[in-house]
Amino acid sequence: MTRAGLALAFAAAFGLLSSLYAVAETAKKEKDGKWETADGNPTYNITADGTVDWYTFSGFRRYHSECHTCHGPDGEGSTYAPGLVQSLKTMTYPQFMLIVASGREVVNAARQSLMPALGDNPNVRCYLEDIYVYLKARADGVLPRGRPAKRVDKPAAAEKHEKACFGDK
Amino acid sequence: MRRHALASASLAAVAFATPAMANDDVRQQTAKPEQWVLQTGDYANQRYSKLDQINRDNVKNLKVAWTFSTGVLRGHEGSPLVVGNIMYVHTPFPNIVYALDLSQDGKILWKYEPKQDPSVIPVMCCDTVYRGTAYADGTIYHHQADTTLVALDAKTGKEKWKVVNGDPKKGETNTATVLPVKDKVIVGISGAEFGVRGHVTAYDAKTGKQVWRAYTLGPDNETLFDPEKTMSLGKPVGKDSSLKTWTGDQWKIGGGTAWGWFSYDPETNLFFYGTANPPTWNPVQRASPDGKPIDQKWTMAIIARDADTGVARWAYQMTPFDEWDYDGVNEMILADIPIGGQTRKALVHFDRNGLGYTLDRVTGELLVAAKYDPKVNWTSGVVMDKNSPQYGRPQVVKEYSTFQTGQDKNTKGVCPAALGTKDQQPAAFSPRTGLFYVPTNHVCMDYEPFRVSYTAGQPYVGATLSMFPAAGSHGGMGNFIAWDAAQGKIVWSVPEKFSVWSGALATAGGVVFYGTLEGYLKAVDEKDGKELFKFKTPSGIIGNVMTYSHNGKQYVAVLSGVGGWAGIGLAAGLTNPTDGLGAVGGYAALRDYTALGGALTVFTLP
Repeated sequence: MTRAGLALAFAAAFGLLSSLYAVAETAKKEKDGKWETADGNPTYNITADGTVDWYTFSGFRRYHSECHTCHGPDGEGSTYAPGLVQSLKTMTYPQFMLIVASGREVVNAARQSLMPALGDNPNVRCYLEDIYVYLKARADGVLPRGRPAKRVDKPAAAEKHEKACFGDK
Repeated sequence: MRRHALASASLAAVAFATPAMANDDVRQQTAKPEQWVLQTGDYANQRYSKLDQINRDNVKNLKVAWTFSTGVLRGHEGSPLVVGNIMYVHTPFPNIVYALDLSQDGKILWKYEPKQDPSVIPVMCCDTVYRGTAYADGTIYHHQADTTLVALDAKTGKEKWKVVNGDPKKGETNTATVLPVKDKVIVGISGAEFGVRGHVTAYDAKTGKQVWRAYTLGPDNETLFDPEKTMSLGKPVGKDSSLKTWTGDQWKIGGGTAWGWFSYDPETNLFFYGTANPPTWNPVQRASPDGKPIDQKWTMAIIARDADTGVARWAYQMTPFDEWDYDGVNEMILADIPIGGQTRKALVHFDRNGLGYTLDRVTGELLVAAKYDPKVNWTSGVVMDKNSPQYGRPQVVKEYSTFQTGQDKNTKGVCPAALGTKDQQPAAFSPRTGLFYVPTNHVCMDYEPFRVSYTAGQPYVGATLSMFPAAGSHGGMGNFIAWDAAQGKIVWSVPEKFSVWSGALATAGGVVFYGTLEGYLKAVDEKDGKELFKFKTPSGIIGNVMTYSHNGKQYVAVLSGVGGWAGIGLAAGLTNPTDGLGAVGGYAALRDYTALGGALTVFTLP
């Protein structure tokens, strides 16, 4: 294929993807700064200028505290644990919740890998959705590596959830 | 030189061996340059070999003599040991030990594989690494990930005794080697990121019975600090020197674990080690009740203890009130070097915080503290004026203080990054040149601390950080340097694409060896760092280079097997958000150079 032909094919494919993406986008709903898909799973919101919703930003922070010491920076994976940017291309939110809460063990002759159960850890449990939407945005290819450059302010609902989850008075 | 005299004396003594104490045995065994019986080479941690068959002129002819696959994929730290005709090779979890017969091309004489609960794997922050076994008195001492310490018969691999040192359910694990000294084996513990309260413990070398335990934090009777006799910066530490520097009960989950190396000075009967960080990584949660920085002793410190009793002789805290995860666990190298016109009994330590320290190992007096990477910026230096109330303390630069910037705020461009200017990968000292050869990281970070809560057995971190190569430099993430510890000056520096995560070896042949994360074993000239030889091994090197001699021929050996903190942080490559979107992913990704796999490569001259 010529370079021009290749470029055209890319442009066509990209156009198709963007229109599909646009459909998914329009089906999203927002409540108190939190976004969810039409089927009720949490999701991210990134505006045209790259501003991320609070939960996606919060997920970035929590991921790089609780998860990256095994799974590597930006969900990219490491020599120790799989890249979640790949895993979340197919993993659903309920599957994600189950594995994070209960852990997962793969121990055989070739491999000993063990994901711990983090359900008892409030630093993870209280931010499960946040971590999920951050990684989903990374997996969908709409959020580049590194710290999100712009974000919306922390919604009052997030503050309230945090307090309740940590058992603050 | 004392070492030579000792060598000939001990050779004579061998013929009439009575049941010697491990101390004598280790000294006799380490005095034989053909062997490598401790991970650190010798008690002084010099990692220097008197073997000189491989030299600056012929090292370019090195060839692979034989190789050995360990059968384990995770990060391989530490090095093999050689005692007589046997080489001992350890692996990361599941912590296999192989005894290989050097007279039969490495035929397996015995293999020891412990049964460990795999639930220990995820409580090992940053890979299931293990820095190896130690030999003394016909015994291989092996400290597993789950903290089981086992004594193996060196000839047969049969268990003599075993004892459990900690509880992985609370996050207590082991990655470090052990120190056999006199009639004891001294061991440490890992898990500061899980809120473990650090300690060192001595076990009876013959029976495994616990003799003493010394905590890093807490009341004097548990830290084994003597208020009058334990010194710091020339003064007695006073009553409850640890407790006084903590808010409430935070010391009970205060970290300060001992997961690095041990050195030992037979003359003073002192052993030396460093302590890790206090968790969480959010300093705001560790401030004093009135919101000020508070020292959190004795985290981030060098501690010198009596090997018989565990009582501390002196201590020095490098980074009071840690705000960056600059653990103080790196090796303490003992060397007698001329400083200011007199020979000092020195201890030299390259700290994670980017400062190279030279202290008097007998008294703990601070002699030199200087940056061993010019990019280090969190401190303007250590106050050396003995009359200053700030004497011995690093002066924190406000701009790079994650505490002063505050929680939920991003402190940018701090050098070094949390992995330190150097991590555990040990440096070497050559008495020929008087120089220290240091593998280093050249990486900086942005650091944003935030609130976390503690749950037993769960990570207790509380900061987000992004790392990137030091700005305005060569673009690589590491350097291999030669250091003058008397002057506190870099003599030469060789840039590396990745952090140098392999322990160095200096030799009487004038050649210095180290490994790289891409997998190269490199040999450089002790004088100027000029590369004399390199060979790409099967996987990235985070192990330490060692040398031995068999049937009159010198060999150099190293474990490959990428992993550890380096493998986690660098596999995908680093990004620098301040470079703008176009440059993201522009730095070298380790996964484009190497893949997992434990293998030993042994080199010799044709």
